[in-house]
Amino acid sequence: MNTTRREFLGRSGCLLVLSASAASAWEAILAGRPEAAESYSTAAHWWGMCIDIGKCIGCGNCVRACKQENDVPLDPTFFRTWVERYHVVPDDLERPLVDSPNGGYDGFPERYQRDDGSKNFFVPKICNHCAASPCVQVCPVGATFDSPDGVVLVDKTYCLGCRYCIQACPYGCRFIDPRSRTVDKCTLCYHRITKGQTTACCEACPTGARRLADFKDPKDPVHAFLRDHPVHVLKPQMATHSKVYYNALDGSVR
Amino acid sequence: MAGLFGLGIAVFFVLRHLLVPEGFGVYGHYRAGALADNMTVPARYAGASACGDCHADVVAAREGGRHARIGCEACHGPLSAHARGSTDAVPRRPNGRELCLSCHLANVARPKAFPQVTIPDHGDAGPCLACHKAHAPAIS
Amino acid sequence: MEGLLQGVQGFMYPNEIELQWSLLIVLYRFITGLVAGAFILASLERVFNVQAVKPTYRLALLTALAFLLVAPLPLQLHLGHPGRSFEMYLTPHTASAMAMFGFVYLWYLMAVLVLEIWLDYRRDIVLMWRESRGWRRRIYGALALWSDNISDEALRFDDRLGRLLTIIGIPSAFLLHGYVGFIFGSVKANPWWSTPLMPIVFLFSAIVSGIALVMLVYMAAAWFRDRRIDMACVDTIARYLMYAFIIDFSLEMLDLVHRVYEADESFKTLDFMVRTRLYTSQVLVQIILGTLAPIALLAATQVFKLGAAVRTRLYLVAGVLTLVGIFAMRWNVVIGGQLFSKSFLGYTTYKIGFATREGLLPAIVLMLLPFAILWILVKLLPPWRPDHARPG
Repeated sequence: MNTTRREFLGRSGCLLVLSASAASAWEAILAGRPEAAESYSTAAHWWGMCIDIGKCIGCGNCVRACKQENDVPLDPTFFRTWVERYHVVPDDLERPLVDSPNGGYDGFPERYQRDDGSKNFFVPKICNHCAASPCVQVCPVGATFDSPDGVVLVDKTYCLGCRYCIQACPYGCRFIDPRSRTVDKCTLCYHRITKGQTTACCEACPTGARRLADFKDPKDPVHAFLRDHPVHVLKPQMATHSKVYYNALDGSVR
Repeated sequence: MAGLFGLGIAVFFVLRHLLVPEGFGVYGHYRAGALADNMTVPARYAGASACGDCHADVVAAREGGRHARIGCEACHGPLSAHARGSTDAVPRRPNGRELCLSCHLANVARPKAFPQVTIPDHGDAGPCLACHKAHAPAIS
Repeated sequence: MEGLLQGVQGFMYPNEIELQWSLLIVLYRFITGLVAGAFILASLERVFNVQAVKPTYRLALLTALAFLLVAPLPLQLHLGHPGRSFEMYLTPHTASAMAMFGFVYLWYLMAVLVLEIWLDYRRDIVLMWRESRGWRRRIYGALALWSDNISDEALRFDDRLGRLLTIIGIPSAFLLHGYVGFIFGSVKANPWWSTPLMPIVFLFSAIVSGIALVMLVYMAAAWFRDRRIDMACVDTIARYLMYAFIIDFSLEMLDLVHRVYEADESFKTLDFMVRTRLYTSQVLVQIILGTLAPIALLAATQVFKLGAAVRTRLYLVAGVLTLVGIFAMRWNVVIGGQLFSKSFLGYTTYKIGFATREGLLPAIVLMLLPFAILWILVKLLPPWRPDHARPG
C-alpha cells in the first residue's frame, strides 16, 4: 500500500489525539465508576446484618469499635450503633424498662436483681439499611442514597443538614455530626466491606452476636441463619424492608 | 415581563448545567463519586486475619481455647497502623481486670449460659490473669 | 449533653434526645401559613367579588409579600449548610416532598404574588413615576419596567390577567402551605405527624391566621393613619374568619376523636405527652385560649347586636388570640412531634437558646422583620387609593 508521508503523519496524528481523548475519557469514566477502578463489583453483593440476641452480652465492644473506626463524635454523644438493655417485668410485654447508658459505650452497670421473674437481655441497634428506606425517599437533594449493593450511605459534600431524613427514620439511627454539620449514620463500614473485611462492630464482637451478611453470596451463613431461626426485623409494620435480621427478638423490643 | 421570565429560565438552565456535580444520576439520584468517597475512608481496625502473619505463635496458643474465635482487636483495640508497620502505633496490653470484667462480670441481662462471675464469689478475688491466660483462659 | 439527658424521662433512642427541628421551623410554618391566608383573603374580593373587603385587597397582598420574603430566612438559619440550599433547584429529588419547596416557593413568589401586585399597582406606579423626582423616580421607573402605557386597553388587559392570576393563585396558595403540611403528614415514622388530614388542617389554620393578621394590620393601619375603620369591611372579614375557624376546629377535633377512638400503638404515649409536657401549649393556649375563645367572641358579634366600638375591640382581641392560638398549633405539631421517643417509651425536653443560631432572639427578629418590610412596601406602594380614604 502506498502511504504518503502526509497521510502517515495525518493518520498517526489522529490516532494520537484519539487515544489521548480516549484516555482522558476513560479516566473520567473511572472517576465515576468505582467498581471499574478496583476489583469490587457492586452488582455481586447485597449487604445486611444478622444479630443474635441470644448471644449478645452487652459488653459494648461494638459501640467502642465503631466510634474508633468511624470517628464518631464522643461529645456530644451520638451513635452509629448502640446497645439497649431490656428489663421486661413479669407478664407486661408492653412496658419494658429500657436503658442505654451512653449507648452502651461503657458497658452496663448492674441495676436489676436476679431471679425476680423478669426477662432481661441486650439488643444491639444499627442502621437497618432498609431496601425501601424512608430516609432516602425524603432527602430533598439526593445526598443520601441506596448504593447498588444495598448500603444506605450519605454524601457529606452534598448534604444540606435539613434533618428531614433524621425525622423520617423510624429507628433513630441518624444524627447530625456537629463537626461537619451534615447527617451521619452507620455506613456498614463500607470502606471495609468493599475490601473483603467485615465491619468494625462485627470484628470486635467477642461472641459472634453480630455478623455481616451478604445475601448474594451462596456460601454466606446468613441463609442458614434465616432458615434455622425465628427471625425478626424491627418495626416490620413500617414496611421499610430492613436488612438487619434479629434472632430471638422479643415482642417487647421497640 | 414575559421576556424577563424567559431570560430567567434560560439562565437557570445554563447555571444548572454548570453547577450539578459530576457523576450525578449515574447510579441513581446521587453523586456517583459519593460511593468512592465512602469506600476510601481509612480503616483503623486491621481485621483478625492480619495479625496471624507475624503473631503465628499467639494464633497457635489460642487454638482450641474458649477465646479462639474472638478477633485480636476485640481486646487489643484498632491496630491497622501497627499491622502496616508504623512505629507510632504501639499495641497496648490491656488492663486484665478491667478488660475481663467488661465481658465476664455477672449481669442479669447476659445469657445464662455465658460464663460470668461475681467477684467476691469467684476464686480468691485476685487478678484474673493470675489463674487464667488471656489467650487460652481454661485453667489446666 | 448532660443538661439534655436530665430532661429525658423514660427511654429515648440515643440519637433522638436532642430535637432536630427547632423554633425556627415552627416559625417557618407559621409564616407560610400567614402568607397563604392573606392571599386567600385578597382573592375573596378579586375572584369571588366580595366587595366589602375591597379596602384590604392591596394590604393583604403586600402583607403576603412581606411575609413571603422572610419565609426562607428561618430555614436558612436552620440548615447545616445554607450555602448548599440551591442544590434543591439543581437536583430536586422528586420522591421527596421537601424537594419541590424551592420551585413552589419561587413559582408562588414570582408568577403569582409579585406579578399580581405589579399588575394591580401598575397604573399607580406609572403615575408616581411621572410625578416623583430623584432616586424615587428611578425606583418607580424600574418598578414600571420603564413602560409608560396606562391606556384603557392596557389597564383592561392588566385587570383580566390579574384576575386570571388570582384564580391560579388560589390553588397555588393551597399548594404552598398544603405541601408544608404534607412534608409532615407523610412521615410514617412519626405518628403525631403522619395523617392524611395534616395538609388540610394546616391549610385551614393558615387561612384563619392569615385572615386574622390582615384584619389586625388593617385596623392598626387605620389607627396609625387616623382614619375611620370601614366597619362593613371588618365585619365581613370577621365573619369569614369565624367560618374558617369553625371548619378548622372541626378538622382538628376530627383528628383528635379519630386518634382517641382508634387508640393505636402510639396513642398511650401521645396521650401522656399531651396531658403533661404539652398541656399548657396544647390544651390551654391552642384549644381554649386560641380557638374556643376567639370563636366565642366572633360568634357573640354575630348573635348579639353590638355597637361598632365594642365590635372593634372584640375583633382585636379575637384576632390576637387567633394568631397566638395558631402559633401554638404550629408549635405543638413541630415540637410536640419530637418530644416523645419513637420507641414510645420516653420523652425529652426542648431547650431553646437565646442568642444562638436557632434561638429565641433570631426568632423574635424574624417575626418583626416582615412588619418592617411591610412598612417599607406600604410607603413605596400605598395601598390606599384616594377614594378609600375617609376623613375620621
